[in-house]
Amino acid sequence: MAEPLVRLEDVTKVYRMGDVELRALAGVSLELMPGDFTAIMGASGSGKSTMMNLLGCLDRPSSGRYLLEGQDVSARSNDELARLRNQTLGFVFQNFNLLSRTSALENVELPLLYSNVEAVERHARAREALERVGLGDRLDHHPNQMSGGQQQRVAIARALVNRPRILLADEPTGNLDSRTSEDVMALFQELGRTGITVILVTHESDIAAYAARVITMRDGLVRSDVRQVPRAATAQAGQEAHP
Amino acid sequence: MSWLMTLRVALRALARNKLRSFLTGLGVVIGVAAVIAMVAIGDGAKARVEQTFAAIGSNMLLVLNGSSQGGGAMGGAGSLPSLTWDDLKAIQTELSAVREAAPVLRTGSQVMSEDANWNTSIQGTTPDFLRVRSWPVVQGEAFTQTDVDGGMKVALLGQTVVEKLYGRNANPIGQVVRVKNIPFVIVGVLGKKGQSPFGQDYDDVLLVPVTTFQQKISGGLKNYIAGSIVVSSRGEDGNARAQQQVRGLLRDRHRLSVDADDDFQIRNPSEIASAQQEGTRTLTTLLMAIAAVSLLVGGIGIMNIMLVSVTERTREIGVRMAVGARARDIQLQFLVEALALAMAGGLIGVATGLGIAGWLASAFGWSMLVRPDVILIAVGFSGLVGVGFGFYPALKASRLDPITALRFE
Repeated sequence: MAEPLVRLEDVTKVYRMGDVELRALAGVSLELMPGDFTAIMGASGSGKSTMMNLLGCLDRPSSGRYLLEGQDVSARSNDELARLRNQTLGFVFQNFNLLSRTSALENVELPLLYSNVEAVERHARAREALERVGLGDRLDHHPNQMSGGQQQRVAIARALVNRPRILLADEPTGNLDSRTSEDVMALFQELGRTGITVILVTHESDIAAYAARVITMRDGLVRSDVRQVPRAATAQAGQEAHP
Repeated sequence: MSWLMTLRVALRALARNKLRSFLTGLGVVIGVAAVIAMVAIGDGAKARVEQTFAAIGSNMLLVLNGSSQGGGAMGGAGSLPSLTWDDLKAIQTELSAVREAAPVLRTGSQVMSEDANWNTSIQGTTPDFLRVRSWPVVQGEAFTQTDVDGGMKVALLGQTVVEKLYGRNANPIGQVVRVKNIPFVIVGVLGKKGQSPFGQDYDDVLLVPVTTFQQKISGGLKNYIAGSIVVSSRGEDGNARAQQQVRGLLRDRHRLSVDADDDFQIRNPSEIASAQQEGTRTLTTLLMAIAAVSLLVGGIGIMNIMLVSVTERTREIGVRMAVGARARDIQLQFLVEALALAMAGGLIGVATGLGIAGWLASAFGWSMLVRPDVILIAVGFSGLVGVGFGFYPALKASRLDPITALRFE
């Protein structure tokens, strides 16, 4: 069997607020294989967001080990974590988090700016990423000129542009209607087929249904970890991109 | 991120709030404009003072007779001439700090050529006078000591007199000019000297040997010099030393007791020059203070706006961190932004300052002097203000926690 891409070993995360100790993660162990499309489910306060931040190298565990590509990242410096976020990870947020008054192309180029990619290659790769999400004709559009679905696809293109191994999506369909949500899920399923590990945090079970594996969390612990036959999402991206 | 890219990102961020950026930079603009204008004014005024006093002779002293009420009518108790020809000889020969000394007797009179006349200042002196005043003869030659000893009727004309009597650029050498109806042969023409600091035309003058002056033009007193003595000093601090030596010598020769007032007066034009320079220096200091204060206020303004900007763009910072910006990338971005703001202010300030300096120069008739090093220093200082006051906001931005920053509303 292949080496797991992500391996958590008894990871805890404790927040201290004055005298109160909040155990956001109470000891989580799991492994994710390359190309897995995994959904992490749970109510708010279940620890799924904390898990997302840890997996995304935005935060470090209080105890336990986090191995990414076989390397322990728990003790890495901030700069090394930034490099991992730049090279190995891609983020997609509920509220898209695009830079306003900045074109789609430049939004997508952003990660490349921090990996010193030459301008010509930067443009080419950003264009390629936008074409991949079906926005090849929207390069110069600004976020406020695009629909929510289009904005989220720009954000996905930004997450993909540096060819990461893992795509982390935090409630990516939270601000989208069901039709557009299915488009995004279709895109994620396609990315999974190309070997990108998609980790999706959601509280909606019909969104989780598109994943091949569903991890349910409660009170900072993994309550269930189920493999399933994913529901196939049908892309209507073409139609949505050309209303 | 590359420097060029960082600069581009910073400039774009500033361009998004053009009015705000402009107002923020205004403090620096005023500060730098004040510095540039101040130095230009100071240098211009200094150059003008130096120029006018170079015309007098920077190492020159003027020794006057006892009427210390300066410029008032002679006569009345205590205003009798006190300088003697022997005093002059003593000044010429006995004092180490004195290079040359010459008597100047003067009167106003009508002078006539063949077909023109003009009222000018007739001065009787010796050839040393021209050396004291560093005054060249541009046509013909100066009269000599022999002319003085022989009481020859020869004259040197200033440019203005030549122009009035013979026309511009005429050559009057060898012609006869009549002073009080006495014919003088013109032996030379003096170089152009310009105006005194008080607007008097130095070139409106006719020089004759002092002996001839006494015998033919204005008789006056035998033993006393009915005029003044000009003295040139030598060496560093020559004027001060010469002034001291001349004063000591004259008090000694005039047998003045220790508590008696001087019965003569010594004027040091370079003192007037330094007084004028003192005036410009005060102005310069004042403007310097304005510049420093407005640069400080400008810097505080930049810091304030940068702090606002960091707060406004917390989410942007979070996004940048999430896609791989390191703390130092964020810090550099905001630092470059503050720097660009201050430098832009500095450059606009230089332009404004040059404008003000040019306007003042034309208004006061100074030549505009702008030293490139001052421009560099001013721009450099505004850059320093940008970095200095941009440092804390940039640091604050770089220390944001990406998770909190991403959730910031």
